[in-house]
Amino acid sequence: MTTTEDRPATEIGNPRRRKEDARLITGRTRWTDNIVLPGMQHIAMVRSPFAHARITSIDTEAARASTGVVAVITGADIADEQGALPNAWAVVSDQQAPVHPSMAVDHVAFAGEIVAMVVARTAAEANDAAELVDVDYEELAPALELRAAARDEVIAHPDLGTNVSAVWAYDSAESGTGGDVEAAIAAARDGGIVIEREFRQQRLIPAFMEPRAIVVDPTTEQMTVWSSTQVPHFVKIFIALVLGIPEHKIRVIAPDVGGGFGGKLQFTPEEVLTVIAARRTGKPCKYCETRSESFMAAHHGRDQWQQVTLAANADGTVTGLKVELTADMGAYLGLVTSAIPLLGAFMYNGIYKFPSYHLGITNVFTNKTWTDAYRGAGRPEATYAIERVMDELAVRVGVDPLEIRERNWIKHEEFPFSTVSGLQYDSGNYEAATAKARDLFRYDDLRKEQAERRESGDPVQLGIGISTYTEMCGLAPSRWLGSMGYVGGGWEHAAVRMLPTGKVEVVTGTSPHGQGHETAWSQLVADRLGVAFEDVEVLHGDTQVAVRGLDTYGSRSLAVGGMAVLAAADKVIEKAKPIAAQLLEANADDLEFSAGRYGVRGTDAGLTLAELAFAVFQGHKLDGSAEGCLDADATLDPDDFSFPHGTHLCAVEVDTETGLSTIRSYVSVDDVGVVVNPLIVEGQVHGGLAQGIAQALYEEAVHDDSGTLISGSFDQYLLPGAPDLPRFETARTETPATTNQLGVKGVGEAGTIASTPAVVNAIVDALRPLGVTDVTMPCTPYRVWKAIQEGEQS
Amino acid sequence: MTRITVKVDGSSFTDEVEPRTLLVHYLREQLGKTGTVVGCDTGNCGSCTVHLDGRSIKSCSLLAVQADGHEVTTIEGLGSNGQLHPMQQAFHENHALQCGYCTPGMIMQSIDLLADNPDPSEDDVRLGIEGNLCRCTGYQNIVKAVRAAAAAGGAQ
Repeated sequence: MTTTEDRPATEIGNPRRRKEDARLITGRTRWTDNIVLPGMQHIAMVRSPFAHARITSIDTEAARASTGVVAVITGADIADEQGALPNAWAVVSDQQAPVHPSMAVDHVAFAGEIVAMVVARTAAEANDAAELVDVDYEELAPALELRAAARDEVIAHPDLGTNVSAVWAYDSAESGTGGDVEAAIAAARDGGIVIEREFRQQRLIPAFMEPRAIVVDPTTEQMTVWSSTQVPHFVKIFIALVLGIPEHKIRVIAPDVGGGFGGKLQFTPEEVLTVIAARRTGKPCKYCETRSESFMAAHHGRDQWQQVTLAANADGTVTGLKVELTADMGAYLGLVTSAIPLLGAFMYNGIYKFPSYHLGITNVFTNKTWTDAYRGAGRPEATYAIERVMDELAVRVGVDPLEIRERNWIKHEEFPFSTVSGLQYDSGNYEAATAKARDLFRYDDLRKEQAERRESGDPVQLGIGISTYTEMCGLAPSRWLGSMGYVGGGWEHAAVRMLPTGKVEVVTGTSPHGQGHETAWSQLVADRLGVAFEDVEVLHGDTQVAVRGLDTYGSRSLAVGGMAVLAAADKVIEKAKPIAAQLLEANADDLEFSAGRYGVRGTDAGLTLAELAFAVFQGHKLDGSAEGCLDADATLDPDDFSFPHGTHLCAVEVDTETGLSTIRSYVSVDDVGVVVNPLIVEGQVHGGLAQGIAQALYEEAVHDDSGTLISGSFDQYLLPGAPDLPRFETARTETPATTNQLGVKGVGEAGTIASTPAVVNAIVDALRPLGVTDVTMPCTPYRVWKAIQEGEQS
Repeated sequence: MTRITVKVDGSSFTDEVEPRTLLVHYLREQLGKTGTVVGCDTGNCGSCTVHLDGRSIKSCSLLAVQADGHEVTTIEGLGSNGQLHPMQQAFHENHALQCGYCTPGMIMQSIDLLADNPDPSEDDVRLGIEGNLCRCTGYQNIVKAVRAAAAAGGAQ
């Protein structure tokens, strides 16, 4: 018998240390900027310093004469060649959008837009020459403030004639998923409760640690493009579509990628231009952005205004929710810019049973860096709005904010549950997660301490913030995406290859950039095939290897890509069966697969997958009745999203004299279903919490009145360091998803979605006796202090 | 061009460099020490942290010519005889990295921190790595790793 004693009973739930670490902790890394090719040239971009201007002339003579310069290319030079950058999601059929050139030709619409590029022998020579490119601009008035832009006071793209890109609405009465929200609000105005609030989702910068970099080698049979991207498969197809290069002549590789958070879910001007430079010069070209360029030109996130109206009965039972959302697209539509508000549209009702719902979205152009996906993408905004107003409702009703949530949430016995926004939540147990969080947080003790501090007039007040959430993740069923106007699908692909020596290669269409797929997918396959964890190699991110795939974003990789890996492994087991039957001279019906081996029931006879792989490699004994190959591919398109959920509790101490808010404790209880690797899951939660807390307390992309990004470096944009964040206490409940075979749910965005409202609710809770009912994010000491002053005056 | 001689990860190099060349660019582009990376252009992020004569420095904030006659250790020079440095081991054991871009700088800074304070508290660690930014981990497992390395004698 084959022994399995040296393997753990199951890999599912095993906190394996990551395979990826070996190269990352020793510096044996493969960042795009590490790539050096013979004859490689370097690119420097010339970017507009103005938010809105016409280009009147560009003098490149001095730059062309500068030492080492091979080419200086302007928008006019490539106007017929560069095509237009794609938007993959028309949220309405009459969506308005300006043509999005990779390099501006005669009009610039945000500060940082590329107007020329220099190709030179070294990066230093390219940068020197870029300084010599003389661009004359005629400045135009920029459209900057979002709500003014929505009124078309100043037009960001004069040719378009309006700043409004799209107006979209969901109404539960019209969709048949609930009642009429206006009627609910009218009824609540008469004896019930109506809460009206306006929230600002400030503009954020993804700020992945590895700046974006691209290398293009045009000398290979397939042009090879290395890019620091989350989406190599997208980049391949869009290079083909935008530049007219046949798709089979393109190979895209995402090597080690240093973070993304949605910020590298893009097809970029820099990718197009590096391809053009390489194609024009016939030599390999490299472009690496500086951090300053990354801040102003890589897409931003959030930037919305939300007007929220909540109607409830006097006992706090919510009867309706109405949201009017204005979203800043920035200057152009990127891949899914237009759909970010839409990804939140179905989440404003959160974990609750609201009987009526209306959401209106207005997508608006301004003369700022374009926005697009940033961790959570629409769902953090939605969760923030509902969780902030649920706290306000608790105050109006006069009950504990946990109590008001429980009165309205979906009970665990009510799943599956069809929501007022038209989704079906397959599973959840909000009671269990909340009870666990409450216990770990010592909720009652902290409430007692809070009362004591209020009583004694302590200058440092204690606030307790609550946030519950669910999210639709695991993007996504292709049919759903298609019905919403997205041009692509949401399936994922995998292959499992049995090598003659019994080792296993797994190919995944997901494209990790910190998520640990090499480790987690190895666990999945080791578990399913009964092979050693160490004997599995996971390959990804190279379109010559991972031929099919839709990459990594939207907390989809495990729930979609991981399940495709399992499906491929299952096919390997199926393909091995007739071969085992033939070699064992047994009836296939008498075989059973267990711990990596086909055995004949009731006997000691059997063959391991490794033995079968070698037999297939030799082929000597196969009779040809079955295909002599164990390798298998699988494509999986999920039936539905997965819906992780959780309850987060945050205690904040607010110094009422200085306005400084300090997180004292933070408890998160997340239910992400079945967990493959708890170490990786916990890490994802930590990082998500950090980014959500950063939105609440620290980060904001700020433009001045001319449209210049003045938070344009880590000096001005407060990305939190280690002393700025608390120690998190994380725990889980486990309610398996019913929408995939393992019961897993997404985890990548959960922490970010839940934590922002938990922190702000805590700050407001601390200051409520001082008359404070809201603080605008980020809750800097100045903003908090000002809110206290205004609260006391009112 | 200026001639410099620098010992890097145990080997001695003599090169001609432009006076304006940053140490990090010299390490990466002339010596191929790509384990050390660039994360910003303002000296904030710490991704490029290396040791100069045994103390941590941000190699984007030093000119290559200033390293003339000195000894540099990068992430690639840590460990010996195929064994990881205790700090590298601790980062692995405690899942203190995700994308790994900040990791070389973070490890070099953490080793320096323990040289100053072999038994740091959690707050000591957080303050000690303040000049190194990480976007993935929320720092919690990094702090845990540094303290684990301290307990394992990582200061040596």
